[in-house]
Amino acid sequence: MIISEQKPFDELLKKIGRRSVFLFGCSECATLCHSGGKRELLKLKKKLIAAHVNVTGWVVLEPACSLTNNEKIFEQYKDQIEQADALAVFACGDGTQVVNSLFPKKSVISGTNTLFLGVKSTITSYERRCNMCGTCIVDEFNGICPITRCPKHMLNGPCGGSEKGNCEVYPDMPCVWEEIKEKAKKLGNYHLIFLNVQPAHDWSQSQVLKKER
Amino acid sequence: MMKTNLQQLLNQGHFVVTAEIGPPKGSDPQSIVRKTEQLNGYADAFNITDNQTAVARMSSLAGACIVRQQGMEPVFQMACRDRNRLALQADILGASALGIHNMLFVTGDHQSKGNHPHAKGVFDIDSIQLISIAKNLRDIHIFENQEMLKSKSPQVFIGGVSNPFVSSIPLRVDRLEKKIRAGADFIQTQSVFNLSRFEEWMDAVRDRDLDNQVHILAGITPLKSVKMMQRMKYHVPGVDIPDSLEKRILDAEDVEEEALLLTDELIRSIKLIKGVHGVHITALFWEQKIPEIVKKSGLLPR
Repeated sequence: MIISEQKPFDELLKKIGRRSVFLFGCSECATLCHSGGKRELLKLKKKLIAAHVNVTGWVVLEPACSLTNNEKIFEQYKDQIEQADALAVFACGDGTQVVNSLFPKKSVISGTNTLFLGVKSTITSYERRCNMCGTCIVDEFNGICPITRCPKHMLNGPCGGSEKGNCEVYPDMPCVWEEIKEKAKKLGNYHLIFLNVQPAHDWSQSQVLKKER
Repeated sequence: MMKTNLQQLLNQGHFVVTAEIGPPKGSDPQSIVRKTEQLNGYADAFNITDNQTAVARMSSLAGACIVRQQGMEPVFQMACRDRNRLALQADILGASALGIHNMLFVTGDHQSKGNHPHAKGVFDIDSIQLISIAKNLRDIHIFENQEMLKSKSPQVFIGGVSNPFVSSIPLRVDRLEKKIRAGADFIQTQSVFNLSRFEEWMDAVRDRDLDNQVHILAGITPLKSVKMMQRMKYHVPGVDIPDSLEKRILDAEDVEEEALLLTDELIRSIKLIKGVHGVHITALFWEQKIPEIVKKSGLLPR
């Protein structure tokens, strides 16, 4: 899922300023990672009101990331949305821009930082799993993506900065190459990965703007 | 094919010395000129670092040019952190056109560790891929995209780095072998402080005959002060300073003297290790001591 986090409340207040706001959440990823589900929106509404912000209403979109199925549900919130000076969106960056497209005359506030496409690894933590580079090579590394999980995108083994098997940049995380190594030993393809030079990656699909099905 | 001085010396079986010159945080060429004047005659080639430790400085290509203007031989360092494959290939061609032929290719420290932590890291390719690209430009006259060069191919004596001190020795030796397969002609290692670990790594290197396929230069760094030693031990990724050595510096009456003594001991021990073809001296903020170190360890004349 797309992992996002709410922006700090003070930052949000600063962005809103003296404007009235309508809050948008999302029923999918933002609900699952607690950045824009029903619970979070209600909590936020309370906090905003306590900070003297006029909240005209709220809705959790199902989901926020589709341009094709949202318009209908806005009927019942039409007035509340109309009354608001700005629309604050608690979904991923995609959801935020969908709201912008649906209400081109309204100012949109992004209430979250969209972090990565990842997995829920414990009840309270998430880990990056895919950079969506458009040219998948995970099978060449036994199902583990070094582009995503190494901050230097190293494709030919660990850098010289890893300490005791942990990442140089995030020392509390294991170096992804340790995991690749262990699995390669189990599968018997260690030599293929660790001694053959892996050529430069194809990034040509990493910024495609449109995909027709 | 034209060979660099460094390449010739290594091919002739000499024990070489390279030394590192960090470019300034400014545009004054004199700060490099001054260092070259201090170091002239005390090393065979001089590495010019590329935004070392992810701190912005004068470009390594400009620094290498200044070293060359002084009649000395540079080793032009290039990191994958700040440039993509177009820019890296352009600089390989450009350096060669300027008469700079020793090049050392590294992935580079992550930008979050440097003085512009908000920068976007490039990391389009890694050091091994860059080594392979440089070799292909030189030997088969093709760009990374397989297109042929339209004029002279670059003359490059290809360098890489190796860190014998992190993770398991077999894994580090595998990575060295991969660098050799990709095209590395010489390797400069992370600074050696843990001599027994370095010897163990070299044993594994020799077991696989890799010392006959690449020239290995052992990294040497004098531990100038307690503060610098502790910074390296506890804060610089990939550096292995044993506790006994830390104690030796902490207990020293004269830290500078002890540091030079220790450096001398290390160089003399390293010289005896079969398969090591030279030393690479990195004297951070202490370049003026390099002549003394080189002289003391019996590495003159150069």
